[in-house]
Amino acid sequence: MIPFDFEYYKPATVAEACETYRTLQEQKKSVVYYSGGTEFITLARVNQISADAVIDLKGIPEVQVLEMQGDQFIVGSAVTLNQIAESRLFPLLAQTVRGVADHNSRNKITIGGNLGSRLSYREGVLPLLLADCKVRVAGGMKGEGERVVSLSDVFDKQLNLEQGEFLLQILVDKEYLDLPYVHLKKTKQSKVDYPLVSVAALVKDKEIRMAFSGICEYPFRLGEIEEVVNNTTFARKEQLKQVVGKLPAAILDDLHGSAGYREFVFRNVVQETIDALEWAQK
Amino acid sequence: MISNGKSKTVIELHVNGDSHEVMVRSGDTLLDILREQLGLSGAKRSCENGDCGACTVLADGKPIHSCLSLAIESCDQSLMTIEGLMGSPIQQAFVDNWAIQCGFCTPGFILNCHALATEHPNASDEVIEEWMCSNLCRCTGYQEIKEAVQSVVRASGNA
Repeated sequence: MIPFDFEYYKPATVAEACETYRTLQEQKKSVVYYSGGTEFITLARVNQISADAVIDLKGIPEVQVLEMQGDQFIVGSAVTLNQIAESRLFPLLAQTVRGVADHNSRNKITIGGNLGSRLSYREGVLPLLLADCKVRVAGGMKGEGERVVSLSDVFDKQLNLEQGEFLLQILVDKEYLDLPYVHLKKTKQSKVDYPLVSVAALVKDKEIRMAFSGICEYPFRLGEIEEVVNNTTFARKEQLKQVVGKLPAAILDDLHGSAGYREFVFRNVVQETIDALEWAQK
Repeated sequence: MISNGKSKTVIELHVNGDSHEVMVRSGDTLLDILREQLGLSGAKRSCENGDCGACTVLADGKPIHSCLSLAIESCDQSLMTIEGLMGSPIQQAFVDNWAIQCGFCTPGFILNCHALATEHPNASDEVIEEWMCSNLCRCTGYQEIKEAVQSVVRASGNA
């Protein structure tokens, strides 16, 4: 049971959602966009989040889309992780999200919720960062318009949308869907756990692209790391040392794994990934 | 647009083939309402955090943690609790394989296994394990539970 009262709205259109948000804002109410709701309920139950109102986006048809449209793979933000995993239209994304939480939870967790999570892992974003995808965003305080932007423009460490905006759809070009790929997730003990290290990688134009979660405070893709990974003049040991040196933030050091252990796992995972994709570089 | 203010509202839930009017706050979880207003105590209150699977119910045939769903968002779904599952092969398989110890986790496991056998009648061991990761048995009777699921899957796969 959630210990505080809030208003619940489930709009049927983007325009209704935008109008509802603005009206609630004018009434000085705090508003949370809601989709799968697993994180909201978990945090609200223990008073770590509060809201005067939630706007449930699941009734908007555009956020439920999961299909090819021309040369683009379209994923609505309220599509569940299991729907993505089962569709296998983008195998790397399917495999990556299949590693998030447990099967029952993935029947509720949505890709939009995963990208906007307060937790640091947000593994669903890794393949999307590699695929140079775009996102369609709606809402905001200025009008009811939608905008299409590169994911990298609105995702830096976390999803950074403007006030009142919400993620409507993710757009992935067809050319990225069937590229050679690897996803590895290492946990401390249990299969269902937060990652010590999670890596998604694919090969585009004979270059390996890699994005990581779990090793630092936020998920990331870094060109400097990819330069080292694709530099075949390095001996492997030196290559791994260089990759560790390029990490954008301190290695996480917590109950799930010490920094030293995570670094050890990270080196192994990077090596395993390069080994698995070397054939596709030739 | 569906909406609900801060006061309680009457909504209709479709559970086990019947429609029920219940009075909910927006913050009431599906688990709260099933147990406290409909008297359906088969879904167990345990971790309330989506970790244990004891509260598993089926929503449109998909297993979910009812502790991580709001009752108000469930009113357009067809819900099934353990009380609504009659004569399923998986129930007999749990008996035949001694897949029950204290029984607290059993309703959640059975609903999850029923959904698995329905959706994947030829499920591989990998798929069975993936689905079963959603439920915890603190008596640790996992092997018997897995054997119960395998017996149903094998039977339906051979049918």
